[in-house]
This record gives sequence, C-alpha cells and structure tokens, in this order.
Amino acid sequence: MKLTLHIWRQKARADKGGFVRYPLADVTEHMSFLEMLDVLNEELVVKGEEPVHFEHDCREGICGCCGAVVNGQAHGPQKGTTLCQLHMRHFHDNDEIWIEPFRSKAFPILKDLIVDRGAFDRVIQAGGFIAVRTGSAPDANGITVSKEASDLAMDAAECIGCGACVASCPNGSASLFVSAKLSQLGLLPQGQPERLKRALAMIRKAEEEGFGYCSNYGECEAVCPKRISIHHIARANCDYHKASFTVWQGTGGKAAR
Amino acid sequence: MSALAAYWRSTVGKKMVMAVTGLILFAYVLVHMLGNLQLFAGDGGKAINEYAAFLHSTRAAPLLWGARIVLLACITLHVWAAIALTIQAWGARPVGYAKRKYREADYYARTMIWSGPIIGAFVVYHVLHLTLGMGGAPFEELNAYGNVIRGFSIPCVAIFYIIAVLMLMAHFRHGLWSWFQTIGWSHPAHDGARRCVANVLTAIVVIGDLSFPIAVLLKLVTIPGGAA
Repeated sequence: MKLTLHIWRQKARADKGGFVRYPLADVTEHMSFLEMLDVLNEELVVKGEEPVHFEHDCREGICGCCGAVVNGQAHGPQKGTTLCQLHMRHFHDNDEIWIEPFRSKAFPILKDLIVDRGAFDRVIQAGGFIAVRTGSAPDANGITVSKEASDLAMDAAECIGCGACVASCPNGSASLFVSAKLSQLGLLPQGQPERLKRALAMIRKAEEEGFGYCSNYGECEAVCPKRISIHHIARANCDYHKASFTVWQGTGGKAAR
Repeated sequence: MSALAAYWRSTVGKKMVMAVTGLILFAYVLVHMLGNLQLFAGDGGKAINEYAAFLHSTRAAPLLWGARIVLLACITLHVWAAIALTIQAWGARPVGYAKRKYREADYYARTMIWSGPIIGAFVVYHVLHLTLGMGGAPFEELNAYGNVIRGFSIPCVAIFYIIAVLMLMAHFRHGLWSWFQTIGWSHPAHDGARRCVANVLTAIVVIGDLSFPIAVLLKLVTIPGGAA
C-alpha cells in the first residue's frame, strides 16, 4: 500500500521543529508500524538524508520504549497495543498518517519522536521501593497474600512506563502511571510499611516534575497498552487523603507532645 | 508547613476541595429545585409565596444567612481551586498536538472549565433577577410566584435560564461521577453504579429545573386574574 506520512522532525531539544511530509510506497499490511518506519529510514539513508529518530527496544510490546501519537491517539488506533505491536493492516491504501511525539512539559523532546521520560524514573526514585530484610533468602510463601490482592497488584505491575497515559491526558497528568506503581506495592503486605509515605512522595514528585492534575477523563485507561484501570487512581487518591492527615507523617518519628 | 497547607498545595488536595464544595453546591441546587416545585401547587402561588416569606422571616434568618455564607465560601473555594488546577494543566503541555482523537474523554468532561463560568455568570443574573429584583424584569418583593412567571414570560430570560440548566447538566454529569473517583470511592463491585447514580441525580435536577420556564412559556402556570 501507499501512504503519506507527516512526521514531526526536531533536531534537538531547543529546536523549534515541524512536520515533514514523506510519501511512502511498498508498505505491506504485515509490517509493524515500526517496520514501516524502518523502511522509510532506509530510503532516507540511501538518499543521504537524516533518518527519523524513534525509540524502540523489544518490539514485543513489553519494554515500554516505543510510542508516538499516531493520528491523534497514543500508540495508534488499536486498543491495548504498543506502537511496535500495531500492524499496518489497521491502515488503508492512500492513508495520511500524522506521527507526533508524546507531548508533555515533563517529557522534553530529545530528537524527532524521542522524548526524555526521566521524570518517570525520578517519580519512582521518590518512593517506588520497599524496605526488605537482607541476608539469607526468606522462606517461600512465608508471607501470605490473598488471591484478590495478588491479582490486582499484578494488574498494576503490568505498567511498562511507556508514558501513553501522560501523552493522551488532556491535562498531561501522570496519575495512571503513578497510581499503578503505588498499587503494585501498596496492595501487597511487603509494601505496607511505606504505603502512605510512598503515596505522598510519589504524587508530590509527579507534580514537581510538571505533570498535570487528574480530571477523571478516563482517556489514559482507554489508550494504555496494558489496559491499566483508573480504579488505581481512586486508590492512590484515597491513600493520599489518608497520608495527608495521618499524624505521624512528617514528624520524623518524634512522638506528638 | 502544616499538613493542611501542603494538602491544599497539592493537586489531589485541591481536587478534594472541589469535590466537597461541588457536592454541597449540588445539594443546594437539588433542595432549591425541590422547594420551587411548589410553583405547581395549583393554588395561585399561595404555597410558594408562604415558603418565600418563611425563608425571609426573622425566624429563618440564621438558616438563610448560614446557607448564603456556606454557599459563598463553597463557590469561592471551588472557583479558586478550578482556576489554579487549570493553569497548572495548561502548563503541563506547552506544545499541543496537530491531530487529536479522544476515545473516552467526552465533551462534557472536557468543557467543565467552560460550563463552570457560564453557570457562574447565570448565578449572578439569577440572584439579580429573583433575589434583588435588578434583572430587568418586573419584580415584587416576596411575590416569588409572580416574579418567576413574569420573568420567564420574557423569552430571552427563559432562554438564558434554559441554557444555564443545560450547562448545569453537562457540569453535574461529569462532576458527580468524578466525585467518587476523587474521594477514592472505587470498587469493581459498584463502579458501574457510580455512572448510574451521577446520571440519575443529574436528570432529577435538570428535569425539575427545566420544568419551570417551560411550564411558564406553555402557560401551564399563570397568575390568577392577571395577564402574565
């Protein structure tokens, strides 16, 4: 099939950038979206032009590297799918495709379609960990976990941190990402000691990084390649409310006088 | 910094303030609508005018002024939090998309920040019209029945009212559902019911409020012995 691509090209973070139109022939419906871009890049290299820079790694939909906004939807038109797992059979001959990077103040564009998602790492550093006893290996199944809690925590743990939630949110909010990480730890017994402290730290860090607030649009859930539910956001809100008014928070362990 | 100040500074805290104040304002609109249903008592306005006289009596003054102070405080906090959150959200995406296709974020939800000010402007006019008598319509102190009918007989007054109620519908439809999510009330067993509760409550208020101007325009309620 023949396609017309409009791709955002930006040389560097400080560059203004703009759309460039690329006609592309000989695309087969069996190609993945990224393979289609590979074909374009080969053509560009042969012509001596700069190839389109895009991030990718596993191409199996599990690493969270790839992602772009395709025709106004993060990761393209297919639900529950990363960009690398989107195939060209979802497009038609003579389609025009607009490809833009994930847009957020907290995700500065490094080049073309590549954005710096370091803000997510800093949110994790702020509280996405648990305290563990080091030393000999603990007994297997020494800590009991209910099936329901385990299932929910694993659902949350599916988050690959791709950033599509931020890209799609009209407010540029990272609430789905943050809440998935909070639920993943906060639903399990191992995550309890820091549960409230973690909610405060990670939500505040996300705000500090420049992500917007949650308006409960549900757009994040609709584009999430892992279909993470917004009920995790409700849980995160609940933990945050509790944490804000729990006396021992911020007292540094000192007893109230 | 005190816990309360830190909470207010955070987006989750501001959303909670919006949820609590929004619910109080919704409850007021519901009660206000229910009280005004006395317009349909069919007694030439006796019931609703007695109700109005009671609300403005010395005995009910603490209730009236208590409600006015609470409502004003709620509106102030609701608007303040909304403006602060919106400015922050606009800053979160300095460069927008060339193409945008929404899957889930519906029109009602995305226009909350616009339906809000329209409702606010209407509330100002509504108070000028039916409380202070400065709305450019005939006004007689404590004759609620006559004021409502004479006011809504003017087409542009009725149309502005209807537009405002439709904005209210858009605002409540998303706001009431959003309320559950913001306070953290979510469970797979009753998540479906949250939408339903929000839609039913919205429908009750909207149908009730719309009935007033429509009944007046259709001359279903009239001033006995007098031309409207």
